[in-house]
Amino acid sequence: MSNVTSDPVFTRAGRHLAQNPMIPLVVFLLVLVAALEIMRPGIVTPFRAGRDGIISTFWLGNLIKFAIPLAMLAACQVLTMLTAGIDLSVGIIATVAAFVCATLAGSLGTTPAVLIALLCGVTTGLVNGFGVGIVRVHPLIMTLGTGLIATGCLQVYQRLVINAGTEIPTFLSWLGTGRTLGMPNGLFVFIPFAAFILWLMRHTGFGRLLFALGSNENAARLSGVRGWQVYLALYALSGLIAAVAGLLYLGMIRQPSLSLANPLLLPSAAAAVIGGTSIFGGRGSYAGAIVGALILRVLDTMLTLLQMPEGARTALFGLIILAVTALYVRITGSR
Amino acid sequence: MTLIRNNAWVISLALLLAVLLAITKAIQPGFGAPGLESLARAALPFAFATAGMAIVVIVGGIDLSVASMMAVCAVTAAVLMERMAGIPALLIVLVVGAAMGAINGALIVLTKVPDIVVTLAMLFVWEGVALLILSTPGGATADWLEAAIRGFFLFSWLPKALLIIAIVTALIWAPLRGTKLGLSIYAVGSDERAAFRSGVSVGRTRVIAYALCGLFCAFGGLSLAALTGIGEPVPGPYLLAAVAAVVLGGVVLGGGKGGLLGPVIAVFILRIIRTILTLMAVDPNVTTIVEGVIMVGVVMLGTALTMKGAQR
Repeated sequence: MSNVTSDPVFTRAGRHLAQNPMIPLVVFLLVLVAALEIMRPGIVTPFRAGRDGIISTFWLGNLIKFAIPLAMLAACQVLTMLTAGIDLSVGIIATVAAFVCATLAGSLGTTPAVLIALLCGVTTGLVNGFGVGIVRVHPLIMTLGTGLIATGCLQVYQRLVINAGTEIPTFLSWLGTGRTLGMPNGLFVFIPFAAFILWLMRHTGFGRLLFALGSNENAARLSGVRGWQVYLALYALSGLIAAVAGLLYLGMIRQPSLSLANPLLLPSAAAAVIGGTSIFGGRGSYAGAIVGALILRVLDTMLTLLQMPEGARTALFGLIILAVTALYVRITGSR
Repeated sequence: MTLIRNNAWVISLALLLAVLLAITKAIQPGFGAPGLESLARAALPFAFATAGMAIVVIVGGIDLSVASMMAVCAVTAAVLMERMAGIPALLIVLVVGAAMGAINGALIVLTKVPDIVVTLAMLFVWEGVALLILSTPGGATADWLEAAIRGFFLFSWLPKALLIIAIVTALIWAPLRGTKLGLSIYAVGSDERAAFRSGVSVGRTRVIAYALCGLFCAFGGLSLAALTGIGEPVPGPYLLAAVAAVVLGGVVLGGGKGGLLGPVIAVFILRIIRTILTLMAVDPNVTTIVEGVIMVGVVMLGTALTMKGAQR
């Protein structure tokens, strides 16, 4: 549906870009970084401000550090969107995992606390998978509902452990705040994780099943795919990823609260969409979502630097998400 | 017979509501008109958010920005009513709401970006706009606005709030349903391409449906302002509740089926469950869990039933 223009050069360029959606995204990211540099000379390239280095490792490290949890949650959205779903419970799952881990680490020790936190994520994910795959509830409703239930459970749980105090496991703070060679230690988790997701989507039967179910569920079913098994595994995986992201975020923020990772939910969906994942299923790329997360973080920095009132910042953030996706749809001529 | 079959879901919802009311009465023998009145008053913003959401879901979309639009309308009302006469302010708020909805719809039609993404982005935009209008809770509402939703009307058992929900919904929706526009909304929701081939202007229908949603959000915002007496720029928990009530009310996500009566009854069901749990002295946090479980359970049951019906 290339209805953008009849100009053959443009159409060809559009088709080329549609096949390589990463190019406009990376270009856009670089444009944003350039704009950031113009706004505050020296923030990206210290030598212009009279310091050492061509690219500021401090700035780059910070950017990556804060993009990691967002990019991990975006993985949940990319995977579920491949099957024309969405997982709106990831924010609260991450929060639950972080809170549970922080409150149990003191009394049970680090490893059991982390395992229980991950188990919470998988359990919530399994409930989602049950609802979506077996009962066939719309994923939007199902994950909103489990998110609501999880919020309630978290509040009740908080009452129970109100005197327990919290403790952040040292290795989580090391992952969250430590740096190796100027780069955040979170990359030790994130690089294998991203490689795993990319491998999962491109080179495994599971990945192909996700694409197949999202492209045409009936066709997939008639070819012998047992949809419910895939959905169950998919949402359980999504819950697990969200829990891991929550633990990383805990190490970064080091202040467990009842709404720790909730503000990351909508940006995670935005990162996936900006990265070229279709919300209607069948098309998506995790590499794009990672760039999408970086774009959102650079935007965040820019809007903070502009020192606008909070309202203008929030509104501009929304407008930019809309503009980027609209432009993307325009260029590639797809939804 | 067909009347019953066509409205089976709405009728069973109404019966469920009656049963729940009876349970409330059984738990708390003193529960009467005043209890009903405060229930209706608390349900007011939820009911309007749900009615708006129902229309966009029927047209085949979804609007994630309802809560933010309500916040914008609430702060606009509070700021305007502090400075000018109430009635013009009220009309301005309604226009603002409809305009916001129309902008949502126009953006969806013009950019061809999926509605869930557009309204997700607009959620941030409207939230920001609300903060720009009023950065902290403030302003003031006209006295008669609060009086309009408090108390009873004509009969000693008919809460004004309930009457307002019924009148506003009926005035906007009932004349529409039978007209060409109403049919178009259902047609676009059922099958966009078929609607287009039958000569329905799909884009225009969409924009109007979203504008109607915005109009309902304006009423929702006004009732929020009336309930609190001030304007609160931070969006409340209305998105989730509205989606839940819409689905519970028998409107199918994906469009083309359902009406406004079911969702509005569903709002009352969800609210009265909260009342019952409060009367039973259940921890309010546990109430959230129960509410979520009921919501998910009912939706699961509904989905399972409709699937069975479709297979037959």
